[in-house]
Amino acid sequence: MKDASPAKPYALHLGVIALLFALSFVLPDYHHGLLARIMVLAVFAMGYNMLFGYVGLLSLGHAMFFAAGLYGAGLAVIHLGWSVPAAFAVGILCGAVLSLVIGVLALRTSGVAFMIVTMMFAQVFYLVMLYLASWTGGDQGMVVPQPARVLSFGATSLELTNPTVRYMSALALFSIVLLVTLAIVRSRYGRVLVAIRENEERTKMLGYDTFSNKLAAVVVSGTICAASGAAYALLFGYVGSSFASVQYSILPLLWVLLGGAATTLGPLVGTLFMYYVVDITSGYTSAYLLIVGIALILLVLFFPKGILGTIRHRWLGWLP
Amino acid sequence: MMPLLTTKGLSRNFGGLRAVDNVDFALMPGEIRAVIGPNGAGKTTFVSLVSGRIQPSSGMVVFDGADITGLPAYARVRLGVAYTFQITSVFANLSVYDNVALPVQRTLTDGRSKGAVRTGVMAALERTGLADRTHMLAGQLSYGHQRLLEVAMGLALKPRLLILDEPTQGLADSEIDNFIELVREIAKSATVLLIEHNMPVVMHLADRITVFNAGRILAEGTPEQIRANTEVQDAYLGTTHG
Ligand SMILES: Nc1ncnc2c1ncn2[C@@H]1O[C@H](COP(=O)(O)OP(=O)(O)OP(=O)(O)O)[C@@H](O)[C@H]1O
Ligand SMILES: [Mg+2]
Repeated sequence: MKDASPAKPYALHLGVIALLFALSFVLPDYHHGLLARIMVLAVFAMGYNMLFGYVGLLSLGHAMFFAAGLYGAGLAVIHLGWSVPAAFAVGILCGAVLSLVIGVLALRTSGVAFMIVTMMFAQVFYLVMLYLASWTGGDQGMVVPQPARVLSFGATSLELTNPTVRYMSALALFSIVLLVTLAIVRSRYGRVLVAIRENEERTKMLGYDTFSNKLAAVVVSGTICAASGAAYALLFGYVGSSFASVQYSILPLLWVLLGGAATTLGPLVGTLFMYYVVDITSGYTSAYLLIVGIALILLVLFFPKGILGTIRHRWLGWLP
Repeated sequence: MMPLLTTKGLSRNFGGLRAVDNVDFALMPGEIRAVIGPNGAGKTTFVSLVSGRIQPSSGMVVFDGADITGLPAYARVRLGVAYTFQITSVFANLSVYDNVALPVQRTLTDGRSKGAVRTGVMAALERTGLADRTHMLAGQLSYGHQRLLEVAMGLALKPRLLILDEPTQGLADSEIDNFIELVREIAKSATVLLIEHNMPVVMHLADRITVFNAGRILAEGTPEQIRANTEVQDAYLGTTHG
């Protein structure tokens, strides 16, 4: 409820951030590394959720925004020798510009046509990255050199390859994006986005330029996804075209559906859940993808609103 | 005095059907104008052309002296043309509060003050008698209350011209009396264009009445003139046109 007291949601979100911070000190190495990766990818899912969950626009091309950040940051380090902060900024900028252009073109459509158009654009982006193999490394990809992955503040420097630095960097990005999305969805702008999802025609008749509002949402969404991609390149040291493939457009959709579309914490829950289901089942059987598929089907059948969406519906109406 | 709204040669075809046919219409500021006519006469299509929901095949719409024919609907709303839907079209999955907060926040110019949205929402809900239902989902309201919510959303836009498309459809008789009072009050600050089938409501409220039939204006005049008009009686009985 938008007008309810803000204390509870903020306390919950700060609590989640505090918990993730504390986990850094108790998790065994393997899970520590996995959680860092999950937090970065949850940012990708949060960006996707902005558009899919709140505005109701289903894109099948968000891999291109993630990859724009990934390549933007990674190639700036590899080819231009830029510092980590500059490369990160460039990655985000690439995503912002790309999403603005794609938004202007793709928002002429809606529904199924929007899905297809975004998928086509992402496919073009993917093929261009393959084509520019001398720059991008094609499907082999490229490693971002370790010595370059350092954050320096004057005399002190932090190596992003260090697990703790990496975890804390991932957590910092995750926390900022989480609090930003929380602020957006609770704002007047967030209310307009939901109105567009519920009934665009009616929203227009209340005086809203729905095209501009949707375009802004595409840019916010694409920029967040690019931030995730840029962080991924810098923290995990690899850029490659597989991240631009259609698989990476579908994954954030699955994470968001699992965790609960249009819930602020759903993307984290969904990403976490999916990673651990894969992780656990692949330990037992080589047919783990089958199990994952069955788990997904069961979830969609019994929890169509996703994990947090169901919890909100049944018990916690105040969940943002 | 200059009319608030004028249309010149306004037409709209749907395939071979001329739903609105060359309509010249003028509405004075402060007026309550009723639009009546048989089903399918083109009343909803006409006001949709005025509000910008659909584009005319030809003709023009002038609001407050400016040609708005080319403006998109949202821009017309910002100029002060508010439209409430004939088919109830509230945001069923949002709370009553949020439904009204959307138009309220749109009209706020200061943008910052925290309490302004709440104040505006409560004012619109008080006027329509929905103030005790703020937290219900709009879809859970009774049909009559959804009609009132639709009016509250129109009111919250602070319109200069409020178009009401069959607002009393589905209201109980007791609710209709309150509704007549509400429109009278709205009319103190806005011009009202009211499409209505309920003749007692029309006769109580309207300063003037425009009768549509088969896409054209058949007659226009005071309630007394319209009541006495035999052509109008024929149209309603269906003997003249289809
Ligand atoms: N989108 C549309 N496509 C095709 N025909 C339409 C469309 N909208 C309206 N019409 C037709 O145009 C004519 C006028 O319809 P309109 O809804 O304007 O009538 P109305 O006077 O509002 O009727 P009612 O009193 O039943 O609401 C009707 O014959 C209707 O079938
Ligand atoms: Mg009608």
